[in-house]
Amino acid sequence: MSGPVLTVSGVSKRFGGFVALQNVDVHVNAGERLGLIGPNGSGKTTLINCISGALFNDGGSIVFEGRDITRMPPHQRTRLGVARSFQIPKPFRSMSVLENLRVPLEYAAWSRSEHRHITDEAMAVLEQIGLKGRAHENSAGLTQVDMRKLELARALAAKPRLLVSDEAMAGLSSAEVDEILEILLALNRRGVAVIMIEHIMRAVMRFSERVVVLDAGQKIAEGTPAEIVRNPQVERAYLGE
Amino acid sequence: MFRNRADFIFWGALAAVLLAGLAFTRIITNEYYYTAAYAILQATVMALAWNILGGFTGYVNFGSAGFFGIGAYTSIALGKAFGQTLGLPVMIAAAALICGLIGLSLGYLTLRLKGVYFSIATLAMAIVFETLMNNWSYAGGARGAYILTPDSHLWFNSYIQMLFMLMLLLTLGSITVSRALNASRLGRGLAAIRDDEVAAECAGVPTLKLKLISATLMGAMMGVAGAPYPYFVTFVDPASAFSLFVAVNAIAMPMIGGTAHWIGPVIGALLVGTVQQVITVTVSSELNVLFVGIMLVVFISLAPQGIVGLVQKVRARRAR
Repeated sequence: MSGPVLTVSGVSKRFGGFVALQNVDVHVNAGERLGLIGPNGSGKTTLINCISGALFNDGGSIVFEGRDITRMPPHQRTRLGVARSFQIPKPFRSMSVLENLRVPLEYAAWSRSEHRHITDEAMAVLEQIGLKGRAHENSAGLTQVDMRKLELARALAAKPRLLVSDEAMAGLSSAEVDEILEILLALNRRGVAVIMIEHIMRAVMRFSERVVVLDAGQKIAEGTPAEIVRNPQVERAYLGE
Repeated sequence: MFRNRADFIFWGALAAVLLAGLAFTRIITNEYYYTAAYAILQATVMALAWNILGGFTGYVNFGSAGFFGIGAYTSIALGKAFGQTLGLPVMIAAAALICGLIGLSLGYLTLRLKGVYFSIATLAMAIVFETLMNNWSYAGGARGAYILTPDSHLWFNSYIQMLFMLMLLLTLGSITVSRALNASRLGRGLAAIRDDEVAAECAGVPTLKLKLISATLMGAMMGVAGAPYPYFVTFVDPASAFSLFVAVNAIAMPMIGGTAHWIGPVIGALLVGTVQQVITVTVSSELNVLFVGIMLVVFISLAPQGIVGLVQKVRARRAR
């Protein structure tokens, strides 16, 4: 196994008097599939907001591929190779599906894109995700599952080495969950490390090589899916005493 | 030069309009038409400028009159300091520079504000500049300044004809800038900001930098529209140069024409501007203010995407 792509050490974040994250350490190895779980309000989204740069953490540091990105604005992190998808899809509504992908290709991945073949590159990503047939449709009119796919496609078009997928499956049917899961697995096979935040346990357990559990802003457990399922502390966090 | 058919049509149309303008100056002698056409073209440049920040980037600016007024006062001050030796092109360039810098600094101070807070800040800026000019006695202060029309008017029959051709050139230039921006990588970045700023940032778009570019361009273009204004009206005071009506027109015209496409502000300005001129002559100059208000209300409630949006909707329905 090669070294970590992402190292989060001692990260804390407070909102006024509320401590959302307290001294959290997480690392992701190159090409690894990491599951991040925890009850509602445990700090999962805050943690990935700190990783993607939407929020700045109060304490601790975040290092991506040997570079300290703790104080770096989000667009520069995306350029380095940290991409994220949003829990509530945020398509660029005035654009077609294809144009939605042009934005990350022309900005985040500009230094790594073939400038003359942006459309071809966008089409290749859409094919991979299974949205090719909708390339020229307006993005605001997509179905829920296609919106989620567009979120992933747009993150992918940034050509990341680490993808943070924030509840890409919430509210989808069982067949749709499998579809998204397949996409994420295929992505990972191409060498992209993935952090998956998810409430659907079946998906997380099947997907992850390693799982980190957050509760009330602290990391309470870490291990393989099988270990996590047996962990009494995790059970307590989810079900109470 | 022509990458495709649309390019060819665009440049052809631009050349045709320019030639038509020149032919106009050979045929029509009634000076009223030049006055009316100048006013419409000036409004077109203002609408195009407003649309770069307001339409493409999604930041509604109520302070257009501030930039326009500073553009006009740049000409007045330079004319006072250097006389008529400077020439209009230099004044226009100076106004573009100054108003661009104001756009940049205003952007730096206020573009972190979202939505209505940004709009209020721009409105306040216009008032600050009007107050400054009211107290700047060198440029006439509250009493206003008279400008003597220069004797030379090149090969045109009269000075107003020359101003008309100048404004036509500036309009065509603004259209070219706006169209190039709309289709460019920069333009797509701006559209991403308008659609969802957080998602844009996460797609690698340097949102603050792009917003600053957008605000600078907007300010510079409005300065350009304002710079020849003193020579058009020959008397400028702060109340007229910073008139709220200028700002309202700059918002109403793109809204009515459609803000997402570069041609929207052009259509809106030509339509609303022409009707305003007709109403001013046939009914009364006060009524045209009411007219803009009514048009704006009608369009925002019935066709929020403007005329361009309406046409696109009809086309999409036909395609199905």
